[in-house]
Amino acid sequence: MTARADILSNIRRSLGVTGRERPRVSAVEDRIETAPRGLVVERGRLPHDERVALFKEQAEAALATVVEVETRADVPAAVAAYLRDNNLPARIRRGDDPRLDAMPWGDTALEIAAGKSDGKDLAGVNHAFAGVAETGTLVMTSGHENPTTLNFLPDYAIAVVDAKDVTGDYEDMWAKLRFAHGKGEMPRTVNWITGPSRSADIEQKMLLGAHGPRSLHIVLVKG
Amino acid sequence: MTAQPTSPQFKDNARHALDDAQLQKALGNVRQNFIDRRAAVAAKLPEFEGLRDSARDIKNHTLKNLDLYLERYEENVTKAGGQVHWARTAEEARQAVLDICARVGAKTVTKGKSMISEEIALNDAIEAAGMKAVETDLGEYIIQLRHEAPSHIIAPAVHLNASQIESDFRKHHTHLDPARDLSQPTQLLTEARMILREKFLAADVGITGANFLIAETGTSIIVTNEGNGDLTQTLPKVHIVIASIEKVVPTLEDASQILRVLARSATGQEMSVYTTFSTGPRRPTDVDGPEEYHVVLLDNGRSAMLGTEFEEMLRCIRCGACMNHCPVYHAVGGHAYGWVYPGPMGAVLTPTLIGVDKGGHLPNASTFCGRCESVCPVRIPLPKLMRHWREREFERHLSPATVRWGIGFWAFFAKRPALYRLATGVAMRGLAWLGKSTGRFKSLPLAAGWTDHRDFPAPQGATFQQQWKARRKGRSA
Ligand code: SF4
Repeated sequence: MTARADILSNIRRSLGVTGRERPRVSAVEDRIETAPRGLVVERGRLPHDERVALFKEQAEAALATVVEVETRADVPAAVAAYLRDNNLPARIRRGDDPRLDAMPWGDTALEIAAGKSDGKDLAGVNHAFAGVAETGTLVMTSGHENPTTLNFLPDYAIAVVDAKDVTGDYEDMWAKLRFAHGKGEMPRTVNWITGPSRSADIEQKMLLGAHGPRSLHIVLVKG
Repeated sequence: MTAQPTSPQFKDNARHALDDAQLQKALGNVRQNFIDRRAAVAAKLPEFEGLRDSARDIKNHTLKNLDLYLERYEENVTKAGGQVHWARTAEEARQAVLDICARVGAKTVTKGKSMISEEIALNDAIEAAGMKAVETDLGEYIIQLRHEAPSHIIAPAVHLNASQIESDFRKHHTHLDPARDLSQPTQLLTEARMILREKFLAADVGITGANFLIAETGTSIIVTNEGNGDLTQTLPKVHIVIASIEKVVPTLEDASQILRVLARSATGQEMSVYTTFSTGPRRPTDVDGPEEYHVVLLDNGRSAMLGTEFEEMLRCIRCGACMNHCPVYHAVGGHAYGWVYPGPMGAVLTPTLIGVDKGGHLPNASTFCGRCESVCPVRIPLPKLMRHWREREFERHLSPATVRWGIGFWAFFAKRPALYRLATGVAMRGLAWLGKSTGRFKSLPLAAGWTDHRDFPAPQGATFQQQWKARRKGRSA
């Protein structure tokens, strides 16, 4: 018998089932089909403005920095200001997300490299798919628009998120993702990011910048 | 690396641990940090207790239908372009990994933290096959340099102090300036970051574990704070996930419910920094990510636990809360347990995985104070399960005579002051009276093994439970 058949038949023997019982099969199909939300966490169930404020507060509690701008057109200047404030070279790398493409990068002195990171970039800019207010979590999806490596390799990770994409909880975010990608379909990776990289492996002291970015900066676009 | 289990020598291990000053100092970090952080973050979420019920119910439902969810999971992994390799035993799992590595001509393999990797002693197998295995989680990297096993399931190097890590780095990173300053933990971190960055970029295969697998989408999830797991799985050509069969949950929503109790119970964070959902290999238009995505799905005795009194153990999400709150773990640390899984969860799991003949002493390493069960996010009745083992062991006559007479057990814990306070209030008052004059005992009947080395502190007149309550009250005030 193959390992697969063996394991499945062991499981079935232990459970005293055959795998063909109608009620079990339909319970499993139902659950996957309906994907019940489970217990609702009240914290994030807020009207838009309070929800976005909670997102900011929670992201900062996780040691991200957050700057709010009025419109998408303000993003390049905000990115340039952040680099300046941190004494970083005016250079970023980003993917080709159409929302980023449409921004007036030419109005700044920023030098812009395209595509994935090779590990030498100091700063990368990705556009988030969503933010989740309950824990201040960014949700990034993979693709050429926003290469996954830009979330992890640069020392300074900069993420742009639209206030209208901030959901109260994870469940609302999944609903949004299913709407965008189709039920049961997932981008290659979905990265939830809550603050910059850290480790407490040395004497349980929390230190930032373990392997991923030392800093996480969020540009929150209000309009 | 995982050597032969030393679990049968638990008592000797524990005795050495108690005499190890470095270890005792390091264990203070567990006692201090984990407990308060978890309590504070749990108190901030009104639904926390309800979410624990929810997590328990999701796991129970999945286990009752495990065959069907695994089939669905595999179907969806395949649909996304990945491949599932089923492994009955540790040997089959190692072989599956080695076959993939050999096929792609791998030289260097980076690794995210995985307890399954420890369980199947994967690093030894990779090295024996002539490849280099590099652990990338900071704690795992440190213990790999030391050729040690992890002493905690989420904080593998918690038994070490910074000065020990400094001397390991000096010993191994010989290409760096010997006069460099490593006196601060940040300097140690920066050095490890620099060294591992090169390994990430050079690796041919990246191996991670999985905190969850999702049947609905064929997704694997890793949860880290460092981001090492993401670099491990994103940069090389091939990503291999090694996971055991009970990791599957039905849907994204189910995973989200459990994720809410995982970080809070483990590190006392609202959410870990990186929670990553991976589904299949690089898509045609992707510019990064692995070209191959494999999942090695390990049974290793778990299917036989279903339908037994130990089925509930399969709910475990490896958060570590039970050991963080365990007075025995606090006293002796993780290595004393002698195999991969320490603390209360290890005491239940180890005998099922390596056999009751080798792991049978571990269920005795409990004071039955119930603290582990009270914090377990999936409400595993750990003390009850330990008792089941003790009953089984008794029936099999494997217990040493002293255990069967109930003496050895008492004597062992009577020698440990932190544990001793768990005794009943009556005994406490008696002992407190005996040691009243100096606050120390010079000798204690039946406990010479302890008082030979040091004075036994007199109990402080309140039981552990009473002190615990007082502490909790003090905190919420
Ligand atoms: S037994 Fe419970 S508390 Fe212990 S590691 Fe598993 S889930 Fe966490």
